[in-house]
Amino acid sequence: MPKEPFEDRSSRSIPSGSAFEPKIVAFFCNWCTYTAADLAGTSRMHYAPNVRIIRVMCSGRIDPQFVLKAFHEGADGVLIGGCHPGDCHYQEGNYKALRRYKLLKRLLAQLGVEEGRLRLEWIAASEGDKVKRVIDEMTEEIRRLGPFRPSEAEPVEKQAVLAGQPREAR
Amino acid sequence: MNMKKIIIDPITRLEGHGKIVIFLDEAGEVQRAYFQVPELRGFEKFAEGRQAEDMPQITSRICGVCPWAHHMAATKALDDLYKVEPPPAAKKIREMAYNVFMLEDHALHFFYLGGPDFLVGPKAPKAERNILGVLGKVGLEAGKRVILMRKELRGLEALIGGRTINPVMGLPGGVSKALTEANRKECQAVAERAVDFALFALKTFEEVVLKNREYLELITSEAYTHRTYYMGLVDENDRVNFYDGRLRVVDPKGRELLKFRAQDYLDHISEHVEPWSYVKYPYLKAVGWKGFLDGEESGIFSVAPLARLNASAGMGTPKAQEAYERMYDTLGGRPVHHTLANHWARVIEMVYAAERVLELARDPELTDPHVRVLPEATPTVGIGVVEAPRGVLIHHYETDERGLIKRANLIVATQNNSARMVLSIDKAAKSLIKQGKVDDGLLNMIEMAFRAYDPCHACASHAIPGQMPIVVEVLDHKGELVRRLARGF
Amino acid sequence: MMAEAKPKVAFYWCASCGGCEEAVVDLAEDLLKVVEAVELAFWPVALDFKREDVERLPDGSLAAAFINGAIRLSEHEEMAHLLRRKAQLVIAYGSCAHLGGVPGLANLHDRGSIFQYVYRDAPSVANPEGVFPQERFPAEEGELELPAFWDTVKALDQVVEVDYYVPGCPPTPKVTRAAIEALFGEGELPPKGTVLGAGTRALCHECPLNETKPDKLLLEGFKRVHEVIPEPNKCLLAQGLICLGPATREGCGALCISANMPCTGCFGPLDRVRDYGGKALSEIASILNSNDEGEIERALEKVADPVGTFYRYSLPRSFLGRRIRRGDRP
Ligand code: SF4
Ligand code: SF4
Ligand code: SF4
Ligand code: FES
Repeated sequence: MPKEPFEDRSSRSIPSGSAFEPKIVAFFCNWCTYTAADLAGTSRMHYAPNVRIIRVMCSGRIDPQFVLKAFHEGADGVLIGGCHPGDCHYQEGNYKALRRYKLLKRLLAQLGVEEGRLRLEWIAASEGDKVKRVIDEMTEEIRRLGPFRPSEAEPVEKQAVLAGQPREAR
Repeated sequence: MNMKKIIIDPITRLEGHGKIVIFLDEAGEVQRAYFQVPELRGFEKFAEGRQAEDMPQITSRICGVCPWAHHMAATKALDDLYKVEPPPAAKKIREMAYNVFMLEDHALHFFYLGGPDFLVGPKAPKAERNILGVLGKVGLEAGKRVILMRKELRGLEALIGGRTINPVMGLPGGVSKALTEANRKECQAVAERAVDFALFALKTFEEVVLKNREYLELITSEAYTHRTYYMGLVDENDRVNFYDGRLRVVDPKGRELLKFRAQDYLDHISEHVEPWSYVKYPYLKAVGWKGFLDGEESGIFSVAPLARLNASAGMGTPKAQEAYERMYDTLGGRPVHHTLANHWARVIEMVYAAERVLELARDPELTDPHVRVLPEATPTVGIGVVEAPRGVLIHHYETDERGLIKRANLIVATQNNSARMVLSIDKAAKSLIKQGKVDDGLLNMIEMAFRAYDPCHACASHAIPGQMPIVVEVLDHKGELVRRLARGF
Repeated sequence: MMAEAKPKVAFYWCASCGGCEEAVVDLAEDLLKVVEAVELAFWPVALDFKREDVERLPDGSLAAAFINGAIRLSEHEEMAHLLRRKAQLVIAYGSCAHLGGVPGLANLHDRGSIFQYVYRDAPSVANPEGVFPQERFPAEEGELELPAFWDTVKALDQVVEVDYYVPGCPPTPKVTRAAIEALFGEGELPPKGTVLGAGTRALCHECPLNETKPDKLLLEGFKRVHEVIPEPNKCLLAQGLICLGPATREGCGALCISANMPCTGCFGPLDRVRDYGGKALSEIASILNSNDEGEIERALEKVADPVGTFYRYSLPRSFLGRRIRRGDRP
């Protein structure tokens, strides 16, 4: 098990091109959603190739910092997948994830991050089709929203508005 | 155009680095002096979306020198927002803590910052015009007393407010912590010493000034005189009160122009914007903005110690009242227009603050454990006012029904004086620059004028040497340096 | 005295409230000890300093530069770079320099919207002509300049390399003394990046109410500070108040709690936590005792301003750094 979830990079390479291709980081619980994604893969379901899957032992292990860091490092969307309520191998991990997710959503809304960029789904090991559906939906949704582009990536010079009236007042 | 540009950069911080630029015409006469404030942080804007109850702590970060003023104005705005009346003990704790802060801040100014000009003497070598020089003048014992007193007062602030810098006690409907009898005794003991201490400061000042004609002449000299309106918070008998009351405005002849509740401030105060400074210039709506001019026709008004005394009918405590009368007798009645009289007014206020702390500390009700009323009303608008050491301070919040700020507006103490400060600098420049010659006294005069106002953002600054370093650069119209004057530590 | 042997130290303030300067003055007698140990080469609040004087110093000739306040204006950034060149060690002093601080909440907006509100839309402003402060203003008599106001507030280490941090808004005298001791005392210098003067555990460890905090804290809901009078001598978090003690570095001595008010996190994160708000949010959400979506949502409504609560002192230094802008960038 990787110590730092970010070390576990999916080997899937994200297609590059001039058109915007959303990059989605998915944190999947080892016991359910990750297995489901595997299933989807082995059963040759085609889902959008925009996802980097990061395996965690339980959705309860997902620190909100992971999500924020994913956005910071260029993700356009973050997907969290865990076991269905009642099925968590660590009993309550997924509820913990749910509570954090709810609060994080409120914080992200204040920071101007659109609703559709962070999603939580309960996906059991057998639900390979759900993995496909959720990823396809989310990819479309983010394609519609456009790139995330946090400003920290902007060079400092660009942050100074040129001398004169503020933009809106010009 | 053959114009010269003189830049005075006081380097020490008047919010960032306050800067003075003086333009001369071809004959070398002053065309206009600009005092720029190159600093803005935008608190009013980013207050939006905050929980109203967090404002006392957020706004105290506007100024670490007078965090108590913002904390208290915000707390009072919350009372108004939630329509809660704090229990008597809470009000008394707040007013007492607030007066402790006023005394402590005034003492800092008087002994460390502005006072040295007088106590040591404006003509004394600049190396002596600081706290050390003051010690030389008043004696080491007395000097130690100053340091100890300040420390004791800061200690009381922490005791009551949780923290000295950026207190946390203020809540709508009261305070977060009740005082015990042991606390009260401690407050009383410190207050007793504080009254003696304030009287000692007053005596020192009066002796130095009244025994020296030169000082009196300096105070009353035309160069430091501006006939403006004055605004201050007064109680029901029109006496000075730092914590609560109504805002009273007197005209340059001392006649009452307005008396209003802080809640109605928008009917009376507007702010003017200039493209060359980040500071806004408040003025009286009833008179209007007429540019940087003094007199009855111009809506510029002044705040802070002298303005407070001018706008009042007296002081609420006996010894301060005596001192108040003595000052006006000496200077020829109300209102006094001499900027330098601010120093005098400030020591009188020290006496008031100390006496008021003592009155409150003796009050048995102070230790009543009932210090909070929980708000029940749905919040909409709240406005609070206090007298900051540097003048009238108003916080105004509008919220949604959850108590999240939709709009905030702050009328900040030093800003109320900013227009008058521009006047002072212009006047100093015009009287001391003739035919392109810059009198060395210019620096001194500007420095003294500044210190009298005690601009908020500067006061942390010259705490140690009591000397505001200033650089004047004389530039020709091509921007080349013709002459440079520097003064400092 | 061997004045020349003393290390030269500079203090400087950027977008600061002055509280950090007062905090240094509040060292009182200890300030004199500091002055004995080091030579104050540059302290604009207290000493006559000219920027050219600093420019003239050989690079690296200052032993240390203590910088407080956030980076808000062009001038702040220029000074940070200048001091970085001149000083061997740069120390971010206080929350604003450390994490962006309270003025960093301005990152929920940008220059345009701040100017519009402050100079045009605020209810007391009378500005029918829409005058705004200008970086260069051609006055009748000549040109006047103001420093540029950036769109985004930054913490010090987002513009220059920082060697050490001193936490707090402002740092307490005890923390300041300990930091100075760590830098100029006998021992070896701490590893680069160390937060000086405070501990390495969470504030709860030094909180007098910690004993009353249950090991496994579970709450039915939260309360806002104005909604409840807390019981005395009982952990505030256990009473439903959002106390950020579990996520905050110890060192202040639990000052706010001593006045019955919850910790708002001014000492910042523990070592290895990169995003204070993310961590604090996680702590708070985790202790909610509900598995029901609707119930959770209702309970979280009491956290009415998550950014102001969790990023009160650290929005610029968070992963996202500011409110994301859409469609207004070239
Ligand atoms: S850290 Fe706090 S005290 Fe220091 S400058 Fe910033 S707001 Fe002021
Ligand atoms: S949560 Fe707050 S009140 Fe409770 S122990 Fe920790 S710091 Fe103290
Ligand atoms: S209790 Fe928290 S907010 Fe208060 S001083 Fe300590 S660290 Fe800062
Ligand atoms: S084990 Fe799958 S969510 Fe906990």
